[in-house]
Amino acid sequence: MSEIPVAGQPATGEGAALLSVDDVSIQFGGLKALDHVSFDVREGEILGLIGPNGAGKTTCFNVMTGVYQPTSGEVRFAGSPLGRRKRFAITRLGIARTFQNIRLFGNMTALENVLVGADAHHRTNVIDALFRSPRHRREEREGEETAREVMKFLGLERRADELARNLSYGEQRRLEIARAMATKPRLLCLDEPAAGFNPAEKAQLMDLIRRIRDRGLTVLLIEHDMSLVMGVSDRVAVLEFGRKIAEGVPAQIRNDPAVIAAYLGTEVDDLDDEEANL
Amino acid sequence: MSEPHIPLREGSTAGGVPASTVGQTDDMGRNRFGWDRLALSRRVTALPRPAKWALIGLFVVLLYLLPLLEIPILSTPDTDFGAVLFTVASYVLVALGLNVVLGYAGLLDLGYVGFYAVGAYTVAVLGSLQAQLSWWLLIPLAVVITTISGILLGAPTLRVRGDYLAIVTLGFGEIIRLTALNTEWLGAAKGITGVPRPPSVELFELPHLQWEGATAVIDLDDKTKFLVFGVADQAPYYWLALTVIFIVLGADRMLRLSRVGRAWEATREDEDAAELMGVPTFKFKLLAFACGAFIGGLSGALFASRQGFINPESFQLLLSILFVAAVVVGGAGNRWGVIMGAIVVAYLPERFRGFEEWRLLVFGMALLILANFRPQGLIPPRRTRRAQAVDEQLDALEEGTDRV
Repeated sequence: MSEIPVAGQPATGEGAALLSVDDVSIQFGGLKALDHVSFDVREGEILGLIGPNGAGKTTCFNVMTGVYQPTSGEVRFAGSPLGRRKRFAITRLGIARTFQNIRLFGNMTALENVLVGADAHHRTNVIDALFRSPRHRREEREGEETAREVMKFLGLERRADELARNLSYGEQRRLEIARAMATKPRLLCLDEPAAGFNPAEKAQLMDLIRRIRDRGLTVLLIEHDMSLVMGVSDRVAVLEFGRKIAEGVPAQIRNDPAVIAAYLGTEVDDLDDEEANL
Repeated sequence: MSEPHIPLREGSTAGGVPASTVGQTDDMGRNRFGWDRLALSRRVTALPRPAKWALIGLFVVLLYLLPLLEIPILSTPDTDFGAVLFTVASYVLVALGLNVVLGYAGLLDLGYVGFYAVGAYTVAVLGSLQAQLSWWLLIPLAVVITTISGILLGAPTLRVRGDYLAIVTLGFGEIIRLTALNTEWLGAAKGITGVPRPPSVELFELPHLQWEGATAVIDLDDKTKFLVFGVADQAPYYWLALTVIFIVLGADRMLRLSRVGRAWEATREDEDAAELMGVPTFKFKLLAFACGAFIGGLSGALFASRQGFINPESFQLLLSILFVAAVVVGGAGNRWGVIMGAIVVAYLPERFRGFEEWRLLVFGMALLILANFRPQGLIPPRRTRRAQAVDEQLDALEEGTDRV
C-alpha cells in the first residue's frame, strides 16, 4: 500500500477518495435527516465531521455502515458503491466503527470482544470447530495475535481477561476502538470518542487518533469537542440541519461565516467553554 | 444520555486504591479480603494432570454404575431407578440442546418440545408405522429431519426478535403436536406402537447391589444383561443416553471455544453491534437453531426407541416449559449448570413421587425462591460468577474507604 502517508507527514488532502458520500439524502417520514450531502474521505487523512446536535452526523455514519439505506444518492467505498450490502459485509469490505453510546459485549472478556472483531474475516464453520481443523487452528492463532497486538497498541493488554463491563469508562472507549481495529479496516469511523473525557484524556485521545492514522488507517471522526476536532483533523466537514454547509482545512472552517452562524454566532474557539457550561 | 457520565480516572479506583490490587488473588484463590469462593474448583484444577484425569475417570465410571449401585438415598422407591435415570439423561440432553439456543445465542424458544417430537415421530413413523427401517438408519435420519425442521422454522422466524420469537416458537411446538394428533398417517390420537428398540448384543451380565442399611451385598438374582435393550431392564438405555451426552458435551465445548461460540455470544449480548463488527448474525442464529434442533431430535429419537410407543400426549406444551425451566434454573449459558437444572427438574419429582399431587405447587415455589435468591441459576456461567466476585470486591473496597 504505497499511498499511505509516512508517519508524521499528515495528508493534506491529496490522496484519492477512499469513501465518497455522493449526493446522499435520507428521509424519516417528514424529516429530512440528510439533504443532498456530498463529501469525500481521502485515503490516509483524518476527516472531522462536526455540526450542532441533530445535524445528521450519526445518521451519516449509519448510512456509511449500512444501518440505513439512503433515500437517494449513494456511498462508494474504494470506488465501488455500497448498494444494498449487509452491515457485516460492509465491515468485511473495510469500514469499521465505534458507537456514541458504548456498545461492547459486556459479558465477554475484553480479549473476546476484540476476537469477535478479528473474526470478521474468518471462515471457520461448525465442522472446522468440531474437529479442530487446520483452518480453525490457523484462524484462532491469527485472531489472537491480531487481538493482542491491537490491545497492546491501545494499552489494554493487561486487561485482556477482564469482563468488558468491568473496565473503566476510558478503557471501554478504547476497547471499542480496539474491537473495530481488529476487523482490519481501511476506514475507521469514531462516533464521539471523547464524550465524557476530561482535558487530559482528550489530549491522549488526540495522540491516539494520530497514531491510528500513522498505522495506515483513514479516520473519520464525529465529535462535539471543537478543540479536539480542530487539533487533530486534516480536514473538516460541517453539517447543519442535514446539509453540508462547509468543508475545508481547520483554519478555513474556523473563519467560515456559515459555520460561525451555525454555532449561534459564537467564535468557534469559544465553543469548548460553552459546552463545559452546559 | 441525559446525565453526564463521570469517567473513572484510569489507574485508580474510587477510593484511591491502586486498581492493580483489585482482582489480584494468591495461589489459594484467596485475596486480601479472605474471599474463598472458588477454592474447591481451584483445588481440583490445581491437581497434577494425571490425578485430575483419574478423578474425572472415576466420576464417569460412577455415573455408568449408578443403575447397578442402587444407592438408597438416590434410588427412587416408587419407580424403576434405571427408567428414572434414562428420563433424567434425556432431560439433560434436551437441556444441553436448548442451552445452545437459549444460553449461548440468547433466543427464547418456547416450542422446543416440537424438535423432541419430530425426532421421536421420525423414528416411530419410519421404524414401525409406515416403514421398517433399521434402528441404525433411523437415528441419523431422525437427526437430519429434525435439523431441517429447525432450519425451516428458523429461516422465517429468526427475523423477529425477543417476545415475538417466543410466541412463534410456542406456536411451532403446538402445531407439531396438533398435526400428529390429526394426521392418520402419523398415527393420530392412538399413537404409534412397536417403535424399534436399539439392537441388542448380549455380552455378559452385571449384578446389582442390594443394601441392608449401610452395608451392601452383591445381589446375584438381580442382573442386568449387557447390552440388551429390553422392556423391563432400563439400565442399557441409560448407558446409551449417557454416552450420547458425553459426545454432545465434547461437541458443545468445541463449538463454544471457537469463532462459532463467540459469534453466538456476541449476538446475544448486542445483535446490532455484532452485525456491525462483521458477524453475520442471522446465519449464526439459524445455526444455533439447527444445533439445538439436532440435539433435541436426538433426545426425542432415543426417547421413542426406549418407550416403544408414542402418542401426541407425550409432547405437551408443559414439556417445553419444563425444558426452559431446566435451562434457566440451572444457569443459562453454563453447560454444567443446565445439566444440574435438568437433573433437578427431572429427578426430584420422581424421587418424591409420594407427594405427586403437590409436585407442581412445590415446583412453582422452588422456581419462585430461585428467581428471588439466585436469578442467574444454580450454577451461572463462570463469567457471571467472576463478575459478581469483582463487584463484591469493589463493594468491599468502598466499604473500607467509607470507614476511613
